[in-house]
Amino acid sequence: MTVDLSLLPDGGVGWLDASGPHSDIVLSTRIRLARNVEGYAFTRRARDGERLRVLSQVREAVSSVSSLQQAVMYRLDELPPTARALLHERHLVSKELAGLDSQHPLRSGAAVFLADGLGVMVNEEDHLRLQALRSGFSLQEAFAAIDKLDRDLGSRVPYSFHNEFGFLTACPTNVGTGMRGSVLIHLPGLVLTKEIGKVLASLQQMGLTYRGLYGEGSEVVGNFFQISNQTTLGRSEEELLDQLLRVVGHVVEREAEARRVLLRDAGYIIEDKLWRAYGTLRYARSLTFDEAMNYLSGVRLAVGLKLISSLSVYTLNKLLIFSQAAHLAYAEGRGLTESETNLSRARYVRKALEEEAGSVG
Amino acid sequence: MLCDSCRERDAVVHLTTIEDNAVHQLHLCERCAADRGVETTVATPKHPLGEFLTAHQQTTSVSDGVRCTFCNTTMADFRATGLWGCARCYTNFEAGIRELLRRVHGNHRHVGRSYRPPMSETLERAAVLGELKDRLRRAVESEQFELAADLRDRIRVLE
Repeated sequence: MTVDLSLLPDGGVGWLDASGPHSDIVLSTRIRLARNVEGYAFTRRARDGERLRVLSQVREAVSSVSSLQQAVMYRLDELPPTARALLHERHLVSKELAGLDSQHPLRSGAAVFLADGLGVMVNEEDHLRLQALRSGFSLQEAFAAIDKLDRDLGSRVPYSFHNEFGFLTACPTNVGTGMRGSVLIHLPGLVLTKEIGKVLASLQQMGLTYRGLYGEGSEVVGNFFQISNQTTLGRSEEELLDQLLRVVGHVVEREAEARRVLLRDAGYIIEDKLWRAYGTLRYARSLTFDEAMNYLSGVRLAVGLKLISSLSVYTLNKLLIFSQAAHLAYAEGRGLTESETNLSRARYVRKALEEEAGSVG
Repeated sequence: MLCDSCRERDAVVHLTTIEDNAVHQLHLCERCAADRGVETTVATPKHPLGEFLTAHQQTTSVSDGVRCTFCNTTMADFRATGLWGCARCYTNFEAGIRELLRRVHGNHRHVGRSYRPPMSETLERAAVLGELKDRLRRAVESEQFELAADLRDRIRVLE
C-alpha cells in the first residue's frame, strides 16, 4: 500500500506558495498544541489496545469538527516506510510518529488527520499534537486556526487538564499551555556578517530557543533556523505569542539590515559567491542533501537581494521539499542508493532551474 | 560592577528584558543568572530537562519506590525517560513535579486558557460510536455482511 498524496488538496504543503508576510525571510509559521485524552496512559506507556481506543475516539470526534470536515486520515501503522518518510519530509508528521526514529519504533494507532494547513497527529509522544501551518510570518493567523480547532475538538474529546499545571503532557517541558509556536526563518545575512551568535544568544535570554529544519535534535543546515518559545507554563498563550512575534519581528529586521550591509560593503564578493551557488545547482551532476541546502540558501539570498530576478521563492520552497531523499525515490518510482539519490537530486534541481531560467541574470 | 541580585559577586551577565514596552537592564553574576534560568552560552541550546535529570540521577530518594496508582510509573522511570506515564502521575508526584516545573519553566502555575472537559454522557456515546464504526469497517473488509448490517443499525440508533 502506498500513500496517495493526491488526496490532500494542496499536497499538504500549501505554505510553499510564499504568500505570507515576509516570505523572502520567513518560510513558514507553525503552532502546535500538545493534548492528552483523559482516561488512558500517555502514548509510550499505553498498551496497543488503549492507543487504538484513543484513535477511534478521536476519529469519531474529528468527523464532526467543522475545520476537519475535509480532512484525510493516514494510518501510519499501515503505511510502508517510504510513504511515512514522504509525510515526514513534508513536515506533516514527526519523525517519532512516522516510526523513523530508531529509538521509537512505529506504534499501533499512529495516525494523522490532515486538512488545509491543519493537522492532528494521534499517538505521538502525547495522544494529540494539533498543528497549524501557514506561509510566511503569520503567528496570529496560525493561532486563530489552531485555537478554534482545539476548542472544537476539546468539546468532543476530554483532555487531561489540571487546575494548577494546565494541560498535562508526557514531557514536563510541554505542560501548561502545551503550545509551541515556531517560525522557520532563513538568516544567511546574519550568518555572513557573523552577527548570528549575538542574535541567538539574545533569543535564549528572551525565553526562546532555536533548532534546525526538522525540529528538536536536528542540525542547522542551509542557514535555516526554527525559532520557538522555550517554556510553555506560567504565561498565557497570548503572552507567549506576543513575545515570539516581537522577538522574531526584530530578528527579521536585523536580517534585512545585514543584507543591506552585505550588499553595500561587499557587493561584488557577495554577488560572485551567490552566482557560484546558482551555477553549481544549475550544472552539478551529483548533490548531497547538505550541499543542496547550502547552495539553495545562497540562491534564496540572491533572489531576496534581487540579484536573480526571474526565480520565484515558490520554486525555491518546492526545491527544499522535493529534493529530499524520499521524494526523489517517490518520483523515480523505486528505492535509491545514496549515490543514486545524489544523482537524482542534481537532476531534479537542474531541471527545476532550467525551467525558470528564461531570463535569469 | 556588582550583581544586582546578591550585591556580592561581580556581574558578568547583562540581561536586557522588555516588559510593558519598558526596557530593563539587569546585571547578574553567573550564579544568580543561573538561578534565574538565564543561559550564558550560545553554542548548543540545552534540553531544559537535562540538568535537572542529571542532578537527580545521582540521588536516590525514599520516594523512589512509590508507584503511580494508575500507570505504575515510578520516579526512577521518570528519571530514565524524562516522561510521565499518565495524567494521574501529576497528582501522585505533585510535590516533586511542582519543583521540577519551577526549574524548567521558572513557574508552576498555568495562567493560559482554562478548560472544562465535555459531559461524560456525550463522551461515552462518542466512544461507543467510534468503536462500533471501527468494527463496522472491519466487518465490511472481511465481508461479514450480516454483522455489518447489525452494526450499522446500532450506529443509526446512537446517531
